[in-house]
Amino acid sequence: MARLTPGNITLAQEIITRYPVARSALIPLLHLAQEQDGYVSSDAMVHIAELLDITPAEVMGTCSFYEMFKREPVGEYMVNICHGISCHLLGASELIHHAVQTLGIKLGDTTEDGKITLEAVECIAACTEAPCLQVNYRYRDKVSTTDFDQLIDRLRTGTASIAPHGKLARTRQHIASQRRGGVSSPEGQTEPAWLARNSVADTDINSTDVSSTADRDNDASDNSVEHNISSSSL
Amino acid sequence: MNASASQDLRIITSRFDNPEGHSLAGYIQSGGYSGLRRALEMTPNQVHEEVREASLLGRGGAGFPAGVKWGFCPSEVWPRYLVVNGDESEPGTYKDRLLMERDPHQLIEGCLIACYALGLQQCFLYVRGEMAHAQERLAAALNEAYEAGYVGANVLGAQDFSVDITLHWGAGAYIVGEETALIESLEGNRGMPRLKPPYFPASIGLYGKPTIVNNVETLSNLPWIIVNGGKSFAAIGVKASTGTRVFAVSGHVAYPGVFEVPFGTTTFREIIFDSRYAGGLRAGHSLKAFIPGGASAPWFFEEHLDLPLEKTAVDEAGSMLGSGAIVVMDDTTDAVAACHNLVRFFARESCGKCTPCREGTSWLEKILSRILAGQGRSQDLDLLLDVCDNISPGIQWPPRQTTICPLGPSAVSPIASALERFRSEFEAYLPEVAL
Repeated sequence: MARLTPGNITLAQEIITRYPVARSALIPLLHLAQEQDGYVSSDAMVHIAELLDITPAEVMGTCSFYEMFKREPVGEYMVNICHGISCHLLGASELIHHAVQTLGIKLGDTTEDGKITLEAVECIAACTEAPCLQVNYRYRDKVSTTDFDQLIDRLRTGTASIAPHGKLARTRQHIASQRRGGVSSPEGQTEPAWLARNSVADTDINSTDVSSTADRDNDASDNSVEHNISSSSL
Repeated sequence: MNASASQDLRIITSRFDNPEGHSLAGYIQSGGYSGLRRALEMTPNQVHEEVREASLLGRGGAGFPAGVKWGFCPSEVWPRYLVVNGDESEPGTYKDRLLMERDPHQLIEGCLIACYALGLQQCFLYVRGEMAHAQERLAAALNEAYEAGYVGANVLGAQDFSVDITLHWGAGAYIVGEETALIESLEGNRGMPRLKPPYFPASIGLYGKPTIVNNVETLSNLPWIIVNGGKSFAAIGVKASTGTRVFAVSGHVAYPGVFEVPFGTTTFREIIFDSRYAGGLRAGHSLKAFIPGGASAPWFFEEHLDLPLEKTAVDEAGSMLGSGAIVVMDDTTDAVAACHNLVRFFARESCGKCTPCREGTSWLEKILSRILAGQGRSQDLDLLLDVCDNISPGIQWPPRQTTICPLGPSAVSPIASALERFRSEFEAYLPEVAL
């Protein structure tokens, strides 16, 4: 469908500055594209490739590896029923069967009104709340078939207060420029300033290069000596 | 949610019942960021030493001592990075999400302490893609912490200590919990594990630089360790398993829940049956089997109930505590269906890099599917074991690997466990003509 909007380009450029290597922003930018359009379009992938100075094939290569990225339009709500072991033991199969029957679609398909896409997914880390599901990655715990029907009604009438597919966190990280600690480029070879505090302590006690041995050496006796001495010097 | 914790001793779940525990004000009010303040009064080496003395085992699954892992950074190679593994997705595992949602500042403080101790110059907090609420809680916490001067430039006013924490989230792939796959993913690639050696990203990790990858629960322990001292931490639990651990008990129990208990002193019987914890099996049912440490772990049975929740004891009994996931199966459980469920997980989540795993796990899933459908063949049970043997020669514990990472061999555990104990249930599925 679409390339990123001007607003999202600005956001994308800010996200890129948080990483020492631009390509690390690839997955965050794919999420941004999916948030914009509800899925990751080919145009968006080409645009992301331009922003990161990599090829569209590389973008597609990464995008296609991850379950959450949809390269075709999906329903407004992804209903993902967990079929992990804990949910399996407490009725996931029955819940999935019920969902398939009532929605009249196969797993992976979307209802005709374009509202709901149904999937069975692996463990979503809510095992004590089995059987569980997510709607656009928002949890619903201990879901009975009645709960499921009510949920579908609310999704269809737009009363479930869940953002359309693609939107994840409602709060974004924002770092004010004067608060930035600075990205650390892999090319930068400088030792961090605060580690000098080790050698100041070492100089105090006339020890020989404790800082480098302490980092490498797991010999407890060696380190406890260093520890005792430097705490007494404080 | 019914997540709760034992009242006895709570190190990392102490704010779980505090509705404001996730905000900066609520965190500071309950003692938050005093570990960071204390750490900055010490030298980085002293902080590292406290963590070594604590004998804190990594809480992600492998159980490797964090202080030792920290020691693997080569001394003269810069920069060094910290990558937080918040990609919790092992079936049955439910603790890191709670730690991120309910106490995000505790994790952030732990990250800062680790960065200070080891000279890690930038931190990447990798949260599982499916955890939208954890992502927004962490984003809000980071925004507050940056604003208040706890993260970013000149932490707590220190002229020499600045570190950025970049919030990053994945997009759905279990394999990314493997630390080298996590790094690949963070570099913008398909999340496939890297060839070993090097065995630890501490020597060659993110962008080829020394990188410490620690689990959310591991790092969440650091503020307490620095405030109370490594010795106090090591005094809790038992010798090889110190501090507390968070276990999720799920499946056929009366009160499924998340419990923080002293490491190594509680037994499986207590955590499954005691009314302070999961309260026993569902009324009228008895125990068939339980998984002690996530889908990858061989199953335990009645005779293992008195083992302590302690790494060495569980390892020696032929399984693992893994990621703190105890899944209880009662007498209504179909062992073949449960086995198929676990194997299907690994088949779906195999990244496809190594042939034994890519081909093997999907064959195992296909064979189990046809057995369940009543279309098994007479040789199928032997065939299952033969495929298992090709993925993990000898089908032993700990498993041998023909693959780069342990995902493939993990699929062998449920089959070996279920076939050894419940072979007759598999045979009952085979059609008469096949027998």
